[in-house]
Amino acid sequence: MESILEFNHINYAYHTLEGETKALSDITFSVANGEFVAIVGPSGCGKSTLLSLICGLIVPESGWIHLNGKPLNDNPTSIGYMLQHDHLFEWRTVYHNVLLGLEIQHKLSNKTRQKAKKLLESYGLGAFADSRPSQLSGGMRQRAALVRTLVLDPDILLLDEPFSALDYQTRLTVGDDIGQILRNEKKTAILVTHDLSEAVSLADRVFVLTKRPATLKTCVPVTFNLTADTPMNRRNAPEFKHYFNLLWKELNHDE
Amino acid sequence: MSKSTVSTAQQNYLNRLRAHRFIVWFLRVAILAGFLLLWEYTAAKDIIDSFIFCCPSRIAKCFLEMTKDGSIFLHIGVTLYETVISFALVTLVGILAAVLLWCSRKCSEVLDPYLVVLNSLPKSALAPLLIVWLGANRATIIVAGMSVAIFGSILSLYTSFTTVDEEKIKLIYTLRGGRFHALTKVVLPSSIPAIISNMKVNIGLCLVGVIIGEFLAARSGLGYLIIYSSQVFKMDWLLMSIVLLCIMAMGLYALIGGLEKLYLKKYSANYVNE
Repeated sequence: MESILEFNHINYAYHTLEGETKALSDITFSVANGEFVAIVGPSGCGKSTLLSLICGLIVPESGWIHLNGKPLNDNPTSIGYMLQHDHLFEWRTVYHNVLLGLEIQHKLSNKTRQKAKKLLESYGLGAFADSRPSQLSGGMRQRAALVRTLVLDPDILLLDEPFSALDYQTRLTVGDDIGQILRNEKKTAILVTHDLSEAVSLADRVFVLTKRPATLKTCVPVTFNLTADTPMNRRNAPEFKHYFNLLWKELNHDE
Repeated sequence: MSKSTVSTAQQNYLNRLRAHRFIVWFLRVAILAGFLLLWEYTAAKDIIDSFIFCCPSRIAKCFLEMTKDGSIFLHIGVTLYETVISFALVTLVGILAAVLLWCSRKCSEVLDPYLVVLNSLPKSALAPLLIVWLGANRATIIVAGMSVAIFGSILSLYTSFTTVDEEKIKLIYTLRGGRFHALTKVVLPSSIPAIISNMKVNIGLCLVGVIIGEFLAARSGLGYLIIYSSQVFKMDWLLMSIVLLCIMAMGLYALIGGLEKLYLKKYSANYVNE
C-alpha cells in the first residue's frame, strides 16, 4: 500500500536556559494510507512532539518527514489535528466553532457550510448547532471538535490524547464512537495515547516508544478475527488481553 | 413554573432574600438622607459655619439658578465632552498599542521599562508641561485626561492578551492559521471581558485627568468652576460642582456597566457552566 507519511531518522531536542533536552532520537517509520496507528510510551517521552513535527509546528533538527512523498513545507496534504482539550470557543456557537478552520483557510462557501451542518447532524449535534459549547456534555464537545477537524477533509488525522480529559465512561463511548467514525471515513489516523486498551481497541498498528530520548522500540501489528471490527467487539475478543499484555511488557521492560 | 409549586422552605428563602435587599437599599438611602439633614440642621443652627461648609439647600438653590440661565449645562457639557473624547482615545490607542506589543515580543520587552516608569509617574506633574507645549486649550485637557489612563491601560491589556491559553493559539496554528488569525480569532475575542473591565477603570481615570487639566487650562467646565469658585469663596458653586462630578462619574460608570451586562447576556451560557 502507498505510504502517506514517512519519518526518516528524525532527531529533536528542546532548548531552554537550563540546557538541552533530547526528545526524539533517530525515529524512522512510515504509515500507509488509510491505516490507524497508535503511539504509546511512558509519559513525557515525546509522543506529542511527534505530532507537532508532522503538523509542521516545529521543525526537526535532523532527518526528514515526507507527506505523500513530498517534504512538509508547501505540502498540499491536508492535516487534521485533535488536541487533548476540545478548545471550543465560548464566544461562538457550536456551528460557528465548527466553521473556524474553514474561515481561517478561506474555504467558507455554501457547499462547505452545508457540509458542516450535515456532519453536525450525522454526529448527533444537529439540535445543538446554535448552542454555546458550555451547554454540551464532554463527549459532545469532543465530537464537535472532531467535526471542526473533519469538515476540512484532512488526508491524515493526528489525535493527541483526545479522550484523556473525559471521564472514564464517556471516554469509552466517545473513543469507540470516534474510532468508528474514522474507520468508516477510511481516514489515516495517528493516535497518541497512554491508554493501552484504547490503543489496542482502535489501532491497526501500535508503536511503542522508549523513555526520553524516545526511540521507536517496537511496532506491534494488531489484527482481530472479527466479522464486525468495532472497538467494542475488540474489547470483548480473546486476543485483546494478549495484545494488552504484550504492550504492557514492552513498555515496562526497558533494556 | 407556577406559584403553587414553590415549597414553603423556598418561599422562606425568597422572603429572607427580599428582606435583605430591602434593608441594604433602605440603609443606603437613609445614610444619604441623614447626612443631608444633619448638614442642613447644623448649618441652620450655626453649629457649623455655613460660610465655609455651605448647606444642601443653598447648593440646590444654586443649581436651580444656574439651570435657569443655562450656564451649568455649558460646564457639564464641556467636561463630559472632554472626558468622553479622551476616554474613546484611550480605549482605541490602548487596544492598538497592546496589539502591537503582543505582535512583537522584542518590541514589548524593549518598551516594558518605559511603560512601567510612565505608568507610575504622577500625571498631574505633566499638566503644566502640556500647557507649555500645547497651549491652554481643549487639546491640552484631553491629552491630560488620556495621560492618566493610557499607560496603565496598555500594560493591563497587554497582560491579558499574553495570558490567553497557549493551547487555544496552538489550535489556530493546527488549523493552518497564522499570527493574525490567532489575534482576531482567539486573543481579541477572549479578551473582551478584560477590555470592558479596563474601560471601567479608564472612564474614572479620564475624568480625573480632565479635571486636572481644567484646573490649569480652562475657561469652562466643572474643573474650572471648582477652581474659580474656591478663589472667590463661592462654596455653593464649589460643592455643587463636586456633587455634579459624583453624578457624572456614576452615570459614565453605569453606562459601561450596561455595556458589560449586554455582553454577558449575549454570551450568558459562559456563566452557567464551568
